[in-house]
Amino acid sequence: MSAKPRIKVPKTASAGDIITIKTLVSHKMESGQRKDKDGSVIPRKIINKFTCDFNGNTVFSCDIDPAVSSNPYFEFKAKVEEAGTFTFTWVDDDGSVIEASKDINLA
Amino acid sequence: MNPSRRRVLTASAGLAAAAFFGSSRAFASLEDVEKAISEYTGGTEPAEGVITLTTPEIAENGNSVPVSVSVESAMTDDDYVESVMILAEGNPNPDVATFHFSPASGEAQASTRMRLAQTQNVIAVAKLSSGDIYKVSNNVKVTIGGCGG
Repeated sequence: MSAKPRIKVPKTASAGDIITIKTLVSHKMESGQRKDKDGSVIPRKIINKFTCDFNGNTVFSCDIDPAVSSNPYFEFKAKVEEAGTFTFTWVDDDGSVIEASKDINLA
Repeated sequence: MNPSRRRVLTASAGLAAAAFFGSSRAFASLEDVEKAISEYTGGTEPAEGVITLTTPEIAENGNSVPVSVSVESAMTDDDYVESVMILAEGNPNPDVATFHFSPASGEAQASTRMRLAQTQNVIAVAKLSSGDIYKVSNNVKVTIGGCGG
């Protein structure tokens, strides 16, 4: 469940470049719609919020509902003006948080 | 084949289908979708254009349907796309995800993968910092639904 998230950020960029970031985290994303074999509903347990910060400022975030597929994947853009660190956080329904970070340098 | 056997088979197939699509599965109504949109927009009437929603025409597997949205914008500090909401009309719960952008995004573009229960319209609504609202919708044909049994 808490496997390491897979994140793709270019190692370097020129100032002002718009880069593409891809992230994928392993999570079942139990929708709360499914039933087990006894017919009782399997309780919802999903990642409900994803955030990407760069040097402390939020670049991109996403509110997530159960209709997002298991192992949620996000691809988005970021404009890089300086070297720094991207921090990624995924918040689970149960309150646990998965965190990861990636550095980027100016070319 | 003996006709009575055929009749029994057809009848039982119908019954199975009824059980599958029956009472236990409540899908979102169009009013739910309208309500979700008006709550998000604050009542502003959405305009066409500026926003592009990319979905497959036919999704073989409703469990993982790629969806990509982009909005034309300068993405400067005073003119940028605040957020884009994705809705699936025919899911039990129409909300899929809401992307929040910032001027630091550079481009208002994001992709993810979503679950679709059945063939339906997927809607994207964009909210700009100027207060303008744009909406687009795409039909996606789903071969196998993705909400489990």
